[in-house]
Amino acid sequence: MKAIQHIGLSLFLAGLAIFTILPFIGSYELSTEKLDEVVQNKGIKSELFVKNLQESTVGKEFSTPFTFSSNIVSAIEDANETHKANQEWDKVIWDKKHSFSYEIAKDIGAGPVREHKGLFWFLTFGLGIIGALLFIIPQLYLKPIPGIKNNGIWHSAATNRGWIGWFVFLFLVGFYILLYFYPDYIVNWTYIVDPISQSISGNMASQWFLYGFLYCIVTVVMGIRMYIKYRHNKYQILRTTSVLFFQIAFAFLIPEIMVSLEMPWYDFKNAFPLDYDFFFEWNLKTLANSGFIGIFILVWGTVLTIVVVPVMVYFFGKRWYCSWVCGCGGLAETLGDPYRHLSDKSLRAWQIERWLIHGVLVFAILMTGMTLYAYFTGADVVLGIKTQLVKDTYGFLIGSIFAGVIGTGFYPIFGNRVWCRFGCPLAAYLGLVQRFKSKFRITTNGGQCISCGNCSTYCEQGIDVRAYAQKGQNIVRSSCVGCGICSAVCPRGVLKLENGPDDGATRHEIPEVMLGNDVNLFEMLEENR
Amino acid sequence: MEHIVIIGNGISGVTAARHIRKLSDKRITIISAETEYFFSRTALMYIYMGHMKFEHTQPYENWFWEKNRIELKKGFVTHINDASKELVFANGETMQYDKLIIATGSKPNKFGWPGQDLEGVMGMYHKQDLETLEKFAPNNKVCKRAVIVGGGLIGIELAEMLQSRDIPVTFLVRESSFWNGVLPAGESAMINEHIREHHIDLRLGVNLQEIKADEHGKVKSIIIKETGEEIACDVVGLTAGVSPNVDFLKESNIELGRGVKVNRKLETNVKDIYAIGDCAEQQEAIGNRRPIEAVWYTGRMMGETVAQTICGNPKEYNPGHWFNSAKFLDIEYQTYGWVFGERGRPEYEQHFHWKHPKEHLCITIAFHKETHEFLGINTFGIRMRHHAFDKWLTEKRSVEYVLEHLADANFDPEFYKLHEKDIVAQFNQEHHTNIQLKKRSWKRIFQFS
Repeated sequence: MKAIQHIGLSLFLAGLAIFTILPFIGSYELSTEKLDEVVQNKGIKSELFVKNLQESTVGKEFSTPFTFSSNIVSAIEDANETHKANQEWDKVIWDKKHSFSYEIAKDIGAGPVREHKGLFWFLTFGLGIIGALLFIIPQLYLKPIPGIKNNGIWHSAATNRGWIGWFVFLFLVGFYILLYFYPDYIVNWTYIVDPISQSISGNMASQWFLYGFLYCIVTVVMGIRMYIKYRHNKYQILRTTSVLFFQIAFAFLIPEIMVSLEMPWYDFKNAFPLDYDFFFEWNLKTLANSGFIGIFILVWGTVLTIVVVPVMVYFFGKRWYCSWVCGCGGLAETLGDPYRHLSDKSLRAWQIERWLIHGVLVFAILMTGMTLYAYFTGADVVLGIKTQLVKDTYGFLIGSIFAGVIGTGFYPIFGNRVWCRFGCPLAAYLGLVQRFKSKFRITTNGGQCISCGNCSTYCEQGIDVRAYAQKGQNIVRSSCVGCGICSAVCPRGVLKLENGPDDGATRHEIPEVMLGNDVNLFEMLEENR
Repeated sequence: MEHIVIIGNGISGVTAARHIRKLSDKRITIISAETEYFFSRTALMYIYMGHMKFEHTQPYENWFWEKNRIELKKGFVTHINDASKELVFANGETMQYDKLIIATGSKPNKFGWPGQDLEGVMGMYHKQDLETLEKFAPNNKVCKRAVIVGGGLIGIELAEMLQSRDIPVTFLVRESSFWNGVLPAGESAMINEHIREHHIDLRLGVNLQEIKADEHGKVKSIIIKETGEEIACDVVGLTAGVSPNVDFLKESNIELGRGVKVNRKLETNVKDIYAIGDCAEQQEAIGNRRPIEAVWYTGRMMGETVAQTICGNPKEYNPGHWFNSAKFLDIEYQTYGWVFGERGRPEYEQHFHWKHPKEHLCITIAFHKETHEFLGINTFGIRMRHHAFDKWLTEKRSVEYVLEHLADANFDPEFYKLHEKDIVAQFNQEHHTNIQLKKRSWKRIFQFS
C-alpha cells in the first residue's frame, strides 16, 4: 500500500511538473493578416499601436508567451500614452492589457500543446488525478479502523508550515497571480481544457473556464479524501457531498450551459455581496438585455440576499451557506482541510478579524450604493469619487488579492479560511444574523470538557472553542461556519452543532455553576429564577 | 493584602486561582516546578501523536495571568513551615503565604519492580515524561518495541501514542480483561477486541516480574511473571495507576494518609492550609466515591469549592452526580451515575446491556432491582447529554422513564444513525415491558439545563 502511495505521489508530482512547464512550450507568431483581423474585430483606431506591433512583433516567432505579451502590452502603453497626451480619446485602447494580449495569444499560439490537447490534458490533469487518488485511497487499507486520524499533522513539513508548506504557498500564490493578472502567460493551460469547454458551451476555454474546471477537479479529488478521512461521521459525508454538488452543478455546469443557450453566465448560489459585482452597471445592463432569464436572475439575486440568506441563517446558522453551499467554502473544506489547524486562535487575531471583515462589508455596501446611484442617475462621480475607481480598487484588492491570492494561496501558512474569516463580506453579513438572531449554536455537554484543545486547534475559523466548552458555555460566534470538525475531533463527546430554540439563556449564557458540582446549588439557582 | 499561594498549576490549582480572582482582590501566586504555564495534562498524548503542539494544550494565552494578576512562580517547594507561614524552595528561596492550597496532583505508581528506574522506563504523567518518551521512542527504528505495564486509562493512551508512530506495543494487564475493575464484562470484552484490532499485543492476566538492563543501564527486555517469557523492548511504560504527589510534605505537620487528609471543606489539619485535586484524600468517602479521586473533573470542582471557602463563603465539597469520560483508541466512553463492574457491585444493582451487532457501540444501564430506580449509564461510541442524566438522577427517575426519553439524551452529531429504538426494543423483550420511545423534544431538552 505504501508503494502504491509512492507511485501515486510520483505521478501527481510528474503531472504538476508538466503543468508547470506548459507555459514555456510552443511559439507565438503574429502575422499581418491576424493583426488586421484583431484591429478590425476590436475596432482599434490607433495607428500608432499597429505600427508599434508591426515593428516589434509581426512576422517574428516568439518561443515563450512572456516577450510576446510584453511587446503587446508595451505597444498598448506607448500608444495610449501618446493618445492621452494628445487627448485623442477615441484612439485610446481601454481593454485590460493582459486580457487583450491573451485574446491574441490564444488565437495564434502554436505548438505541441495546442496540437495535442487531449494528450497534454492526460499528462497534467490525468496524471494529477490518478496520482492523487493512488495516494489518497490506500488510506482506507492503511488505516482500516474509522476514527479521527490526525496523527503526525504537526510533524509533517507539508502541514506544519515546513518547507513543503512554503513551497505549496509559493505555487498557489504564483498560480493566482498568473490567473488574475497574466492570463496571456497561460494560454497553454487553457488549450488543454478547450475540448471540455467546447463540449459544454461550444466556446473555447477562457482562463476562468480553466479555473472553474480545475476547481471542480480539486474539490472532487480532495472531497474523496474527506470521505475517507471522516467516513465514520455522517455530518461530514453529507456536507462534503453538498459542497461538491453545488460546486459542480451551480458554479460550473449550469452557468456554462446557460452560456451555450445564449443566456448570461450566472451562478445561482453566489449571493451578493460575495458576488460583489452583481449590482454593477455592466451586469445590470446585461441582465436587463437578457429577457426573462435576466429579470429572473435579477429578482432571484436580490431575494437570495435579502430573504433567503437571513431566513436560512435564522433556522440553520450560516453553515447552510458557508460549509454546505459556498464555492470558497467548498475549496476550503476539501483542498483546505489539511491546513485547518493553522488558523490563528489568539485574541489579537479575533480583534483584527472583526475590524477587517466588517470593514470589507461596509466597503462593499458603500460601493454598491455608489454604483446603483450612478446607474440610476447616470453620474459617474459620486461624492467627488469616481465610481469606476472604487470598483476597480475593490475588484483588485478584495476580489483578486484578498479572495484569491491571499485567501487560497495562504492555505499552507494561515489556514484554509483566511478569506472566509477576515475578508468575505457575505460571511460578515451572515455572521451578524447568526450572532444575534439564529437558532444555531454549538452546545457544550455540561461539565465533560477536559480542556485538551483539539477543538480550538482544528477550528479553521480560529475560534477558541475550548474557552467556551471548559466553562460549560454554548458557542455562539458570528464567524462559526459550522463545519462540525470541533465536534468530530473532541475525544469526550462535548460538542454538538444544533438548531435549538432561539432563547438567549440556553443559547449562550455562561452557567453559574459547572455541571457536576453541587446539586443543591442548582436547586438554589432554580428557585431564584 | 492577603496572599494566597497555590502549589501546583494543574486544573485544580488553576481553577482555584481563577475563582479566587473572580470573587476577590487577594494576591494570588501559583507555584509549579513542571511548567511555566498551565497546560491540559489530558492532552499530553496529542503532542506526541502530532495532533497538537504544546502551546495548543495551554487553555489560556500567556498574557492571561498578568492581566488577571495571578503571579506565576517556577520552583520546587521542599518544605512548609506552617508556624511562620513560609515555603522553602529547593534553591533555598523562601515565600510567605497567608493561605496555602496544596494542589500537587499525582505521580505514577511504581511497585518496587526490579529495574523500574532504568533508562527507558517511564510513566506518562508529567510534561517531562513526554520529553523522555520523545528521546527513547522517537520512531520505530530507535524503539523497536515498547511494553506497557498496567491496564488503565493512561496505559491505553500510551499504547495509542506509541501506535501513532508505528511502534509495536505489548500491553501487560494484570486483570483478566481490560479495566474490568470498573467496566462491566461486556464492555470490557469489547475494548479487549478493539485493542487487538489495532494490532496491540494485549496480554491479559499477567504481571511484570522484572525489567532487564543492557550494558549501558538501559532497558533491554522485561520478564513476565506468570510465564517467564522475556520480551525484548526499548521502552517500558509504567501505567499502573497514580498516587498522590505528597512526598515533600512528610516532614511537615500536615496529616497525610495516602494523600493529604482533608475534611469536607478541603481543609487540612493545619489552619489556613487546604488541599485539592488528585493529592487530597477525604477523611470519609463521599457516597460511592473513593476518598482520593484522581479525575480532571473532581479536581476542577474542588478548585471551585475551595475558592468559595477562601473568599469568605465557606462551602463543603459537594460533588453532584458522578460522571466521567475517556476514549479507548477510537471508542469514546461516557458515564453518568454509577455503573459498577464485577468488583464492588451492590447486590441490588441490575444491568441492562445493549450492543450493536456489528459496530463498536454499546450501552449498559444500571438500575435498582426492586424499585427500578435508574442508577447510571455507561455508553460506548454513543454520545449522551450530561444535563439529561444529571436531571434524571436528581429526580430519581425509573429505568423505564429513562428509556422512554432516551432520544432526548442523545448527543451524537446530526444525521448520525440513532439506536434508541433497538435499545428500547431489546429492553422490552428482555423485561416483558411495553416502553414506547418518545420522539426527541426540544422543549424537554431545554428544561434539562
